[in-house]
Amino acid sequence: MHTLDPIIQEAEAAFAATADADALEQVKARFLGKSGRITELMKGLSALPHEERKAAGAKINAVKAAVEAALNARREAIRRQALEARLAEEALDVTLPGRGETRGGLHPVTRTLERIEALFASIGFEVADGPEIETDFFNFTALNTPADHPARSMHDTFYLQDEAGGVAEGILLRTHTSPIQARYMQAHVAKYAHLETMPEIRIIAPGRVYRVDSDATHSPMFHQVEGLWIGENVSFADLKGVVADFLRRFFESDDLQVRFRPSFFPFTEPSAEIDVAFMGGALKGRWLEIAGCGMVHPNVLRHAGIDPEKYTGFAFGFGPDRLTMLRYGVNDLRLFFDGDLRFLRQFV
Amino acid sequence: MKFSESWLRSFVATECSGDELSHLLTMAGLEVEEDEAVAPPFTQVVVGHVLEVSKHPNADRLNVCRVDIGNGTVQQIVCGAPNVAVGMKVPCALPGAVLPGNFVIKVAKVRGIESSGMLCSAKELGIDEDASGLLPLAADAVAGDDLRRLLDLDDRMLTLKLTPNRADCLSLTGIAREVAALTGARAVFPEIAPVAVTSEVTRPVALEAPAACPRYCGRVISGVDARAASPEWMVRRLQRSGIRSISALVDITNYVMLELGQPLHAFDNARLAGTVRARMARPGEKLLLLNEQTLELAADVLVIADDEKPLAMAGIMGGEESGITLETRELFLESAFFAPAAIAGRARRYGFASDASHRFERGVDFELARRALERASELVIAICGGQAGPVSEAVAELPQRTPVRLRSARVARVLGVDFTPDAIAGLLTRLALDCQREGDDFVVTPPSYRFDIEIEEDLIEEIARLHGYDNIPSLPPRARLSMLPQSEDARALSRLRQTLADRGFQEVINFAFVEEAREADFAANANPVRLANPIASQLAVMRSTLLGGLVGTLQANLRRRQNRVRIFETGRCFLRSEQTSTRTGTQVEGFEQPWRLGLLAFGGATPEQWGSPARAVDFFDLKGDLEALLLPAVARFEKATHPALHPGRCARVLLDGEAIGFIGELHPQWVQQYELPQAPVVCELELAALTRARLPQFAEVSKQPPAIRDLALVVDHELPLQALLDGLHAHRPALVQDIRLFDIYTGKGVAAGKKSLAFRIVMQDTQKTLQDAEVDAAMQQLIDYAHQAFSAQLRA
Repeated sequence: MHTLDPIIQEAEAAFAATADADALEQVKARFLGKSGRITELMKGLSALPHEERKAAGAKINAVKAAVEAALNARREAIRRQALEARLAEEALDVTLPGRGETRGGLHPVTRTLERIEALFASIGFEVADGPEIETDFFNFTALNTPADHPARSMHDTFYLQDEAGGVAEGILLRTHTSPIQARYMQAHVAKYAHLETMPEIRIIAPGRVYRVDSDATHSPMFHQVEGLWIGENVSFADLKGVVADFLRRFFESDDLQVRFRPSFFPFTEPSAEIDVAFMGGALKGRWLEIAGCGMVHPNVLRHAGIDPEKYTGFAFGFGPDRLTMLRYGVNDLRLFFDGDLRFLRQFV
Repeated sequence: MKFSESWLRSFVATECSGDELSHLLTMAGLEVEEDEAVAPPFTQVVVGHVLEVSKHPNADRLNVCRVDIGNGTVQQIVCGAPNVAVGMKVPCALPGAVLPGNFVIKVAKVRGIESSGMLCSAKELGIDEDASGLLPLAADAVAGDDLRRLLDLDDRMLTLKLTPNRADCLSLTGIAREVAALTGARAVFPEIAPVAVTSEVTRPVALEAPAACPRYCGRVISGVDARAASPEWMVRRLQRSGIRSISALVDITNYVMLELGQPLHAFDNARLAGTVRARMARPGEKLLLLNEQTLELAADVLVIADDEKPLAMAGIMGGEESGITLETRELFLESAFFAPAAIAGRARRYGFASDASHRFERGVDFELARRALERASELVIAICGGQAGPVSEAVAELPQRTPVRLRSARVARVLGVDFTPDAIAGLLTRLALDCQREGDDFVVTPPSYRFDIEIEEDLIEEIARLHGYDNIPSLPPRARLSMLPQSEDARALSRLRQTLADRGFQEVINFAFVEEAREADFAANANPVRLANPIASQLAVMRSTLLGGLVGTLQANLRRRQNRVRIFETGRCFLRSEQTSTRTGTQVEGFEQPWRLGLLAFGGATPEQWGSPARAVDFFDLKGDLEALLLPAVARFEKATHPALHPGRCARVLLDGEAIGFIGELHPQWVQQYELPQAPVVCELELAALTRARLPQFAEVSKQPPAIRDLALVVDHELPLQALLDGLHAHRPALVQDIRLFDIYTGKGVAAGKKSLAFRIVMQDTQKTLQDAEVDAAMQQLIDYAHQAFSAQLRA
């Protein structure tokens, strides 16, 4: 029956010539349809003598199977082609920008304040707050700085006008966050008046402070973080430990050099300035003044109703603006209060 | 305090190098703020004696000099300085000398004439700016002597940043005392012997305000030559201590002040009448000061007066009319102790400061006046001549030096270092403090020059300073720990900030003081909290709203071509209030200082993007941000007016019935006035309300499927949605779980003046599956209510 082989070849050629599924189904009818070639051959079997029928039938079936296989192969090829065409058509320029809201960010000084709060929280310091329009009493007097004390000239204080346009008595913009110490201690003492020994005070108090000063390195409003630890046996050595630990954690630098040098604040005695020096970077090896601190002056404790014979403690004040500048390499303090989005977005 | 290092070293011979000395002082609390060499390095410059000067044959402006450079050697040197003259002693750089700027001197021909060296001006040596001619040296300078040694040019000028408690270091004597204590070297101060009294001219003195001036010494020195020249060494030391030479008498008072720490004042005795008295100023008294300022003196100002008139602000500044001049022949020299409390703050109040007031308000050694007067007398007589009269001295009650007890155990407790009593004794000895040991305690009587040793802690600081802060260990903190509260019904401010940042807002920090006009515009605040001493008029009042600052930040960024701005700020606002005072807590009488959150959105609703239609941000964009921020709390918004905001696009925000702020579009008037290309949407809320949170409470979740139906109601266009929603909620059947607006329609099919509101109603029963009949009945109940209460019609 070699005469049947051309049908396979013919079908394969016809299938291959079709471009899509519809055309293929039409061509399929020519071979496998009701009056298709294979069907016709099947019909012709009955004309054959009985003893030839079986062999001829088997051959025709083999041809049919071959044609069907060719058909299926072509169907699959066409389906794949169609899929590929669709995928090609659906392809995106994946380099186009995405859609939707972008992200804003925190102010760099806020980042610093949050880190400071977290670091101190890890050794049990709570956050305290106090007013920015402050009384002369809390800003100065309660901090052992009576009127006309020379230390007051270290602060160029903003005063408020009274209703008559004069200088309001006893009221000012706080020049430091230290009044929060005084307020907190008073409240703490009152709260635990019923106890023989009050619980320790461990607070930090971040906030905005104000001084009449404005140039490249001074802003009339800036930030401070006050820290205070009062307990029965808190010493200068503890102060050094806490502050040095904080600075190394804050700057993530174990080899940061920290030094304490004697200084003067009316509300601490002994007092110290804290300097740091980095072991690398642009400021390598230079001592940078970074904070003031000291043992809380007995008069300040007494003002708050705390017995300095029973309790001792330390206080420190950092400038978070300066810490932020050092941490991120910002070179101008004024940028913090300028609202320039091109600057602020760098800290997203 | 600026001073010459070599002057200091003349009192205390320490082995320390210059840098070591600076470090030592800094680490002892006398911070060396600046150290400056008096001259840059140079070599081989000697004193030259100009023997001959002749015109250079080939150059008009040059001279050929023959200069004795010592040991009989005479060199020929060409010189262009106009002041060169025979007989002058001048600096001469020898061949091989290296001058500042690495300028090497060689034997060279200048216009054909050989020159072996260079005669120098002050500028060429880097000593001074003067380049007008050769630096003339003293006539007795010896040719060939090294110039650096002659002029002490290896000296340094040190500037100390002294803290207000260390008035005792406002003199060379004081600093020398400190260096001696720090190094163990001995400080040696010259004996001050009383000068011989050779005149009988005196002037009586009287203390009429003995608390303010408990000691006053004065003496007349007659026959002085006020025009005498100050000696070179004195001028040099003054200059290197930052004080310009003025005249011999003025220089002497300054010199003694620097040397000993005692401010002095010299009156022209011929201009005084009667007794010199220290008294308080009288009402209406005026004084023309040396700085040419005429002051009306307040009653708490101490003055030095004679029988007729005030002469000087005591301890602060002398008067112009009684001061010495170059014509002065007879001097009345004052050396007094004024109490710090009587001087403090006075000069500052009048807007100036002086070296004298700086010292007196911090404290001058009250035992020093007489010695200083003798020292000054000695110098006056030596330099200006004259005959000293007897000293007039009046003394009242001087400050007390109360002995301070220092307990060894307390030192250890405060410093965290175990000092032995012997170690403490050693340190106290180095400080040369007068102390008695009583067991482990020390009783210290502070010296008259220390005003900062009043309590035990002051001595502990001295111990710590001398021991060295560096030598105190850094101990890891030890404490009894307890966990910090982590309240779940308070939301941390940091969470809020982070949420805002996540929604595209950038945090800004604006000044708390603003221009007064912004307060008027954005808060209709005609009576803001004003600063008495603002740094600038645009920073003159305290803000009562964050909006002014946010709009300012927007303007600044628009100038920087930022066209989409989403910013927020958290900060205090400042309002007057009538509330009564608390001395404790966080309140200040007369003011409210609430923390607020301000938001501003400007420009596109979303970032400009190729695939999204551009749309300007509007009220509902910001409202959406706000609602998300408040979740799970749900705020209510009611129509309101606000001076900053568009009256038709402004809402008051209420949380649990409490007004917590405003949201709205900036009023078109301000949009125009502040030259904004488009209206920003802003919002300002009380932060306290935002940081409240509630503890989640579990409610059963139904296993039954919900029934969801839509309901479109046609109502009056003016009807606020909230009214309808509130009514529907209040009257809903129990199975209605949620009523949510999902569409608003006006136009075809809806009559003019009406709007169609489409709601999605979610119904559910926790126990059973709902039947259609129940759902239909519930829907009908809502429809009936809406019709009855709001004349709402079901949309066809």
